[in-house]
Amino acid sequence: MNGSFVLSIVTFIYGLAGFLYICAWIFRKQLLGQVATWVALIGLIGNTTGILMRWVESYQLGIGHAPFSNLYESLTFFAWVIVLIYLIIERKIGNRIIGAFTTPIACLVLAYASLKPGIPSTIQPLIPALKSNWLIAHVITCFIGYAAFALAFGISAMYLIKKGREEEPMLWVTIVKFAVLFTFAALFSRVLFVNNWGLALLVAIPICLVFYAIVFLVYKLPAETKTSLLDHFPDVRVLDELGYQLILLGFLFLTVGIITGAVWANSAWGRYWGWDPKETWSLITWFVYATLLHARLTRGWHGRRIAYLSMVGFAAVIFTYFGVNLLPGLHSYGSF
Amino acid sequence: MGNPVNSADPFSKIWNFFTSVKLTIVLLLSLAVTSIFGTLIPQNEDPQAYIEAFGEVLFQLFNLLDLFDMYRSWWFQLLIVLLTVNIIVCSIDRISASRRILFVRKPSFKLPRFRNLKHRREFTDGRSPQQLKDAYQDFIARRFRHSQVDTTDNGFVIFGEKGRWTRFGVYTVHLSVVLLLIGGLIGSKFGFDGFVNIAEGESASQIRLRNKPQMVQLPFSVRCDDFNVSFYETGAPKEFRSTLSILEQGRPVLKKDIIVNDPLRYKGISFYQSSYGNLTPDELVLSFTSTNTSKVYKNNAKMNQPLQLPEQLGTFELKNFLQSAQFRGHNIGQAFIGILTPPGADPIQITLPLRFPSFDKMRKGNLVIAVVESVPRFYTGLQVAKDPGVWVVYCGFILMIIGCYITFFMSHQQICLEVVAAGQKSRVIVAGTANKNKIGMESNVDRTAEKLAQMK
Repeated sequence: MNGSFVLSIVTFIYGLAGFLYICAWIFRKQLLGQVATWVALIGLIGNTTGILMRWVESYQLGIGHAPFSNLYESLTFFAWVIVLIYLIIERKIGNRIIGAFTTPIACLVLAYASLKPGIPSTIQPLIPALKSNWLIAHVITCFIGYAAFALAFGISAMYLIKKGREEEPMLWVTIVKFAVLFTFAALFSRVLFVNNWGLALLVAIPICLVFYAIVFLVYKLPAETKTSLLDHFPDVRVLDELGYQLILLGFLFLTVGIITGAVWANSAWGRYWGWDPKETWSLITWFVYATLLHARLTRGWHGRRIAYLSMVGFAAVIFTYFGVNLLPGLHSYGSF
Repeated sequence: MGNPVNSADPFSKIWNFFTSVKLTIVLLLSLAVTSIFGTLIPQNEDPQAYIEAFGEVLFQLFNLLDLFDMYRSWWFQLLIVLLTVNIIVCSIDRISASRRILFVRKPSFKLPRFRNLKHRREFTDGRSPQQLKDAYQDFIARRFRHSQVDTTDNGFVIFGEKGRWTRFGVYTVHLSVVLLLIGGLIGSKFGFDGFVNIAEGESASQIRLRNKPQMVQLPFSVRCDDFNVSFYETGAPKEFRSTLSILEQGRPVLKKDIIVNDPLRYKGISFYQSSYGNLTPDELVLSFTSTNTSKVYKNNAKMNQPLQLPEQLGTFELKNFLQSAQFRGHNIGQAFIGILTPPGADPIQITLPLRFPSFDKMRKGNLVIAVVESVPRFYTGLQVAKDPGVWVVYCGFILMIIGCYITFFMSHQQICLEVVAAGQKSRVIVAGTANKNKIGMESNVDRTAEKLAQMK
């Protein structure tokens, strides 16, 4: 029984919580929702235990270090923050449908960490560059930021679902949407699962098909079923504001994450900024969200446009996190 | 916007161009999109490598667009300068446009504004307005920096205000961005970034720059007294440690061990552990085992100095040291190469790998040579940097974090309690505004109303 084993159990607990949240939403059972919250809470405790166990185990191995040193450990922490922030939101807003969209994300993150070949779950000793007190501050702040953006992404998706279709979308909009969806599906299957571009393009086809099948099914649903599924969603105004608040939180932590990284780089390499691909991509993410904030605060963008921008921002986050491993650079320790 | 100057005047035209937030959005997105190129194309590599990767035509095109060093290219720097000017002009414009809100000692409150607010809370209290007045006034004064009580026709109004200063949060963030750029500029004008390799026991005072073919002369010299590298059982490196001494006119003035993440700083110049390498060991002990007499002879040896061997076995001379020698297509690691010249015979080349001491037995000669002792010699690779702008940048960092926090999570709030006599009782109306997070302010109003209603 070690930390990694506990974390693989937590994967299933999060999966169960997600399943219960979805059932509670579809069958509109208050009790199921309450059980789901408890299950998610147990999962969070298990996740905490798993991370702490790895910390202790690393000291037992004589290579003691905080459990934030490689991709596996960062993913387990990412899942932890997602569920923690979600449970706080649930408590504040009192709506459990958001859980149906967020706990599955945490489950997928952990499953990816455990199952993806080439992500070692063993505790490895720290290489010299990582031996710094800035490691903990840098990883924790970055991943709180990423988790907030992940939740903002989920809430933007809910916003778009609740808001429904735009009135008579023009043909070119439909085509552009399809092209964007396909490109992103291909890009992310390349980044996350497959090792060559041909296969990635192939994998993107079923992803798009599934997406359009769901959209089509939802479109064909009887109107009353649709309303009964959607009317327990939080109000669009609340979703819009909540997504925005999460982006503010994410932006603050991304800023602190980039800054702690810069200070660390200065103490390790003698320069606070070197345009290394990971640094650059974190800055690109920062630019995207900065655009969103300016568009909203000074140009009054709301709703749909902000939801789409938030999704683009999260795509940049994923690329900063995973995609950069395809590019040359210094951040190789977070790679696989 | 701010100053109503004639719009035909070129200065105000330029000014107006830079006050647009549309420009900010366009610039931010352009920076985001163009930055991607530099992550796809490896920067600052050998032109030959680029020609091989992209072909001649694309190479010329990319080179014309400065894509091989794009973050220092004129157009990327221009985008950054435009964004900076945009930030500064926008901030000045907005500060001067809202100076009546920003710079006031005593805030003024307008009752009709609060009466028009949609979100409000109302409740009835059993006491009369006069009985409530002191308690309510105290309540608001404790929670708001400014408070003011006005009497109305049949009751009173209490206004409260706090967080006016948080409106400066966003300008703090903008200032921090400007500081980062100033700091970066100072660093690139008055600093340098280079590297130097120093062998153990030797010293250096000249630094090779990283981005241009140029050397920098330090006002002192730095000596590497010792270098050590240690490994984990897995083979991964554990620690690189250099013992460095600073020499002023040949006299040591400072000594420090540096490791990655713990540099040596002296007179504004920092030395970072960056890499290391092996040098030819200059002292070693060789053993010569004669297969005829089974006697073992040990001798000290140096490179390129022929050794006279006992038992009339000839001479042996070390010729070379390889970091990774090859034997039948296998890498056998570090090895010495020597020449054995038996009397009256042709010289034989002999490989002496450090990792396999009995390697020479395989030759099946009448003499087996092995390396018994060799002291490894290293050079340390140091990154040497001077950046007088770093403190400006760090100030920018701190201001940016504080500014973001204020901008995102604090707001300028005003609250209004209107109490109207309704017979013997009082009707209380609570309303409030904030410049940010309107939903948060609404729940704030709800909570305030609840607390007031419960107040006995």
